[in-house]
Amino acid sequence: MTPMRTYREITGGDRSGLAAQVASQRARVAARLADVRHVVAIMSGKGGVGKSFVTAALATGSAKRLGGGIGVLDADLHGPTAAHLLGARGPVRVDAEGVEPAGGSGGIKVFSMELLLPDGAPLRWREPSGDGFVWRGALEAGALREFLADVAWGALDLLLVDLPPGTAPLRDLGELVPTLDGVVAVTIPSEESRRSVSRAIQVARGQAIKVLGLIENMSGYVCEGCGKPQTLFSGDAGTQLARQFRVPLLGRVPFAPEARPGVGDAILATDVIDRFREVLSG
Amino acid sequence: MKFLCLECDAQMEFDERQQPGDGTFAAAFVCPACGRRIAMLANPMETQLVDSLGVRIGGRTLDAEPFELVRSKVVGRDGAFVEQGEDIAGETAQHEGGGRPRWSEAAQDRLVKVPGFVRGMVKSIYSEYARERGIVEITPEIMDRARADLGLEGL
Repeated sequence: MTPMRTYREITGGDRSGLAAQVASQRARVAARLADVRHVVAIMSGKGGVGKSFVTAALATGSAKRLGGGIGVLDADLHGPTAAHLLGARGPVRVDAEGVEPAGGSGGIKVFSMELLLPDGAPLRWREPSGDGFVWRGALEAGALREFLADVAWGALDLLLVDLPPGTAPLRDLGELVPTLDGVVAVTIPSEESRRSVSRAIQVARGQAIKVLGLIENMSGYVCEGCGKPQTLFSGDAGTQLARQFRVPLLGRVPFAPEARPGVGDAILATDVIDRFREVLSG
Repeated sequence: MKFLCLECDAQMEFDERQQPGDGTFAAAFVCPACGRRIAMLANPMETQLVDSLGVRIGGRTLDAEPFELVRSKVVGRDGAFVEQGEDIAGETAQHEGGGRPRWSEAAQDRLVKVPGFVRGMVKSIYSEYARERGIVEITPEIMDRARADLGLEGL
């Protein structure tokens, strides 16, 4: 029998055109985001630091200054909160051109898995029994790709992508959106957070993704009794990370249990928004 | 992925794709030299892996529908999406002429069996298929023909 030829020795194309199909998926993302001036991811590497809260506050504060043109894409498929935080509700309208984002407070356009799931229900995939570890990651990356490619954002000044904890979604986003302006890293003051966020920043830089700045959240609180600032977490992660990676500390956000992103200025002081806009414009 | 007919040392060509609806997948390839056909049979896990990449073995004949992956794979709530021609409550609007096909009762009965989360997308695929071919009424037979023509077995 003739020796079996290898894949590379067969010069005919792959009949399924899988490489072309993947290229087409990426082109679809690029085409959809062509009218979006800035795409910025909000990341932490650590859960529970209030990243979604900061995202919503940044969006609200930016919308107040720009009068619209702000979108929030909630990439946290398993813990989506952006729609609730920004007062956006489904159902969402779909046609051949794409899926309309939901309208949130301040005219912010929002898309989140939260809009698609039954109230309070976890994300579940239609799946064959067992072996989910093989394909679940690919499905999640595919869902993020469709959120980017198929949501009809229209012309935006800024699209904020609220990333879940961990670094894999950042890698996916960086590959899907080569034009990503950069990331804002959110930390709390603690040493544990500093270590996690440090790792995430290194991943971002390894992907050649610019770190635009840091926001330290839950950075103390104001005592209702004496009116003085009090420590909530020990540590100084914001300052240390800014120094270590030579990135601007955009601001510190005090813990305010009554705060809602709908009143963004109350959460993020005006100068935080202004510094964010400055680093964004280079 | 390429298939090679070892007898002829020729690259086999994609012939047809089938998804019988049980979570599995089959693709047939044919040797252009000797006509030998082979089938690639994938189990549910392998089928899911391919689906999760958003690609089609054998290539695509139509562009992917918006949220094709999300709508087919996420266990979402009924009424999450409102299709063109539906009001916000999800009720189908009345179409008077305008080239839009009507649905026979039998076809509607079949459509009802499609999970609500993806029903609108499935419906739009059949509607578009019928509209492009000047078909005025969608029947179960038209749905079968569309599935075969568009490679939508399983829908």
